[in-house]
Amino acid sequence: MQVALDGPWSPLLGRLSLAAIPYSNPILVSTFAVVVVLGIVIVGAALRYGKVGYIWREWLTSVDHKKIGVMYIILGLVMLFRGFIDGAMMRTQQLLADGPNSPGYLGAQHGYLPPYHFDQIYTAHGTLMLFFAATPLVAGLGNLIVPLQIGARDMAFPYLNATSLWLTVSGAALCMISLFVGEFSNATWVGLMPFSEMPTNPGVGVDYWMWAFQLSSLGTTFNAINMIATIVKMRAPGMSWFRMPVYCWSSLTTNIIGLSIFPVVTVALTMLGIDRYCGTHFFTAGYGGNFMLYVNLFWIWGHPEVYFLMLPAFGLFSEIVPTFSNKALFGYPTMVAASFSIGGIGWVVWAHHFFTMGMGPALNGYFSAATMLVGIPTGVKAFNWLFTMYRGRITYATPMLWALIGLVLLLIGGLTGMMLSASVFDYTVHNSLFVVAHFHCMVLVIGAALFAGVTYWWPKVFGFKLDEKNGQMYFWTFVIASLLVFVPLFYLGFAGVTRRLDYIYNPALKPLLWVSEGGIGMYFVSLFYFGKMLYVSLRDQIPAAADSWGTGRTLEWLTHTPVPFYNFAVTPQINARDELAWRKAKGLEGVQPTQYVPIHLPNNTAVPVILGALATIFGFAMTWRIWWLSLASLLAIIVVVIIRSFDKNEGYILSAEDIARMENRIALASIVAEQPKRPALVQVEAH
Amino acid sequence: MASNIPAASAVLWNPSADEHDPISARTYGFWLYLIGDALLFCGVFASYAVLDNPVNAAGGPLTAQVINAPHGLLQTFIILASVLAYSLGTVSLKTGNQAGVRLGIIAALLLGAAFLYISGSDLLALAAQGDGPTRSAFLSVFFTLLLTHGLHMVFGILWMLVMLVQVSVLGFTKDVVGRLLNLRLFWQFQATMWVCVYFYVYLLGGSR
Repeated sequence: MQVALDGPWSPLLGRLSLAAIPYSNPILVSTFAVVVVLGIVIVGAALRYGKVGYIWREWLTSVDHKKIGVMYIILGLVMLFRGFIDGAMMRTQQLLADGPNSPGYLGAQHGYLPPYHFDQIYTAHGTLMLFFAATPLVAGLGNLIVPLQIGARDMAFPYLNATSLWLTVSGAALCMISLFVGEFSNATWVGLMPFSEMPTNPGVGVDYWMWAFQLSSLGTTFNAINMIATIVKMRAPGMSWFRMPVYCWSSLTTNIIGLSIFPVVTVALTMLGIDRYCGTHFFTAGYGGNFMLYVNLFWIWGHPEVYFLMLPAFGLFSEIVPTFSNKALFGYPTMVAASFSIGGIGWVVWAHHFFTMGMGPALNGYFSAATMLVGIPTGVKAFNWLFTMYRGRITYATPMLWALIGLVLLLIGGLTGMMLSASVFDYTVHNSLFVVAHFHCMVLVIGAALFAGVTYWWPKVFGFKLDEKNGQMYFWTFVIASLLVFVPLFYLGFAGVTRRLDYIYNPALKPLLWVSEGGIGMYFVSLFYFGKMLYVSLRDQIPAAADSWGTGRTLEWLTHTPVPFYNFAVTPQINARDELAWRKAKGLEGVQPTQYVPIHLPNNTAVPVILGALATIFGFAMTWRIWWLSLASLLAIIVVVIIRSFDKNEGYILSAEDIARMENRIALASIVAEQPKRPALVQVEAH
Repeated sequence: MASNIPAASAVLWNPSADEHDPISARTYGFWLYLIGDALLFCGVFASYAVLDNPVNAAGGPLTAQVINAPHGLLQTFIILASVLAYSLGTVSLKTGNQAGVRLGIIAALLLGAAFLYISGSDLLALAAQGDGPTRSAFLSVFFTLLLTHGLHMVFGILWMLVMLVQVSVLGFTKDVVGRLLNLRLFWQFQATMWVCVYFYVYLLGGSR
């Protein structure tokens, strides 16, 4: 029942052969060289400074929610960079390939990318940005902050948490492997049907895309289960539902969405997989296949997925705006209600992604109206933030700047979204660059929120702030770049440029393409400031206080900076919604616990890393149809899980004396840190 | 919602808060997993509803021609008996009776295997007469629905085998008891999914 393959296949290596390595493509070869050099530098540095054991013991095998969060964020930032490079390549191709007289380089007729390669690049751009940049960043911040904000020791299931991370990493690894072995999908990140089917797309690209997607969505589903269980079961005593920080609420809603939608896309992709591997006819063009079934299943996942990423962004704004306005959040209950409304409406608007399917006016009317409804709770949130700032004492620190630009982008993206929600209008600009500009404004809201969140909580995790001056330069260059790139796209969309074009037919559009390309150049400038910000901050490492920004309101600012691995020496009792603000008002913020009790903590384990590695091998073997290796790695996964279930290790107990000793050491260190800088004694004696 | 507790009498730290009930958190987490799994079945059922249509049968058979109704009824009784056997096994858990738990699991496992045997032979017979999953979109989704449920049973049986060993080797530790209780939920869940399949495919589909 296996489908006939187009091309050679051997039992040992499946479809894999030397021809799969794209050594004739200079772009891929130079990328490969860069990746190899970077890899050698990183591994070499680890070996040179004897850090390999440390990285393995303290990071890769860690089940600590903070370290897992940091690893998620590192993955997200690396993939964000790769996704950005893909985006820059697309914009450059469109700039070069305009009109019949445009020159061609590197074997392309116009521009420098042949259509087949260009198609893979936009597919990779969408896939990477959503699954391997935005999702890990959101999951990473959630992992870092939610347990701290609810006063928990860790997530409900630390081992599952590490497994989620390594499944996501294995998906990202498959995407990276596809660059240098074989090819990536050319069927867009949504998987166009029936184009993604075997007869029209016989290569391994779609298989790479499918398995990367499947593995990472499995990880995200596990993470959603873990987050919901943590928020429901692990809150500190006294933290009733309506004392929970808004970020935890938005995390809860977002993970309820995640848990309910990811299984649907798993079904859609599995059906595509059965089609491609066994020759069934779910989405084929013949034999009764219905490819609009795929589109519906995909967007039943795909639209809530947008809110899955957007709600944490709103939660981040809701933490940052009160802190830097030095004022309690305006309209807390409406904020919670708005989160749930957005989540609820998000489930029932999916068909606005394909108004042109031909559903008829009744359904199009329903989906238009439902989509417009989303504007109401979103508007509630926007006004709540504005009213929080109203008469607040606003500090324009970098996180606040990001939050403010997030609101501006939300306005641009939201209003153009309202335009698109009218199905009659959508017929005009469907699949045009107007849509691209709209949803990039929306994902830039998420991006702004994530940069805000990372800057805001950086001192909590690492003990020192990110450099403010370079951070602001990064902010301004990034914002100008974003507007330069995407505002012209609104016009180009109106002018009739559809998305995913490797060739622009009308040379008259060149000036706007140049503006957009200028924005790409600006992004590179902002990247420089990002690097400089990291470098300066890491070099100086100016210690930050427990309440790093001075106006923190929630529980995470109560514990030490950087957070010790046990989070809180003694679990706090919650007395108010903004616990730290309440303690400050009562003059109690400095009161430390007087007695300690032993803490039960989980041991590190290598099993999640091994599972991630086996999952990568499984995905790779399935992609290349190496059946023996697929079967072996699948069996290995099952065997590892079973062996691990016989493990009697129940973690370890951190004794009260140990906690007291570590707490004292932290207290001493902070006293040393608070000493003002004085001239050295020798100089004083010289007088 | 800030409370008006005076500063002097405020309780700020709660040393007794660390005692979470691990079995309760695990069971809750497992319920969440089951919600996700139920939505997976929703996706397959929705696809079935779309593709159970003469257009999508591409001239091939539809539900009424591919189901074996007497077998379906028999399978329903077998699967319910299997759930009952497992649940009776977990009753012995209360008295710490290892032999009772083992007996319950073995009975549930054998009944599950019998179910899979009937299901498997029916599907193989269908494929042998030329109505395999590659025949039409409808048959693709028919096979997928039954195999999705069947795959859940295979994993349940594998889990039962592991638990048989763990009950004997490890005894009733906290982990083992938690797993036995979650397996009971899982086994009940897959039986519920079968009842949905029976109702939707065998009763509604067969009567069309």
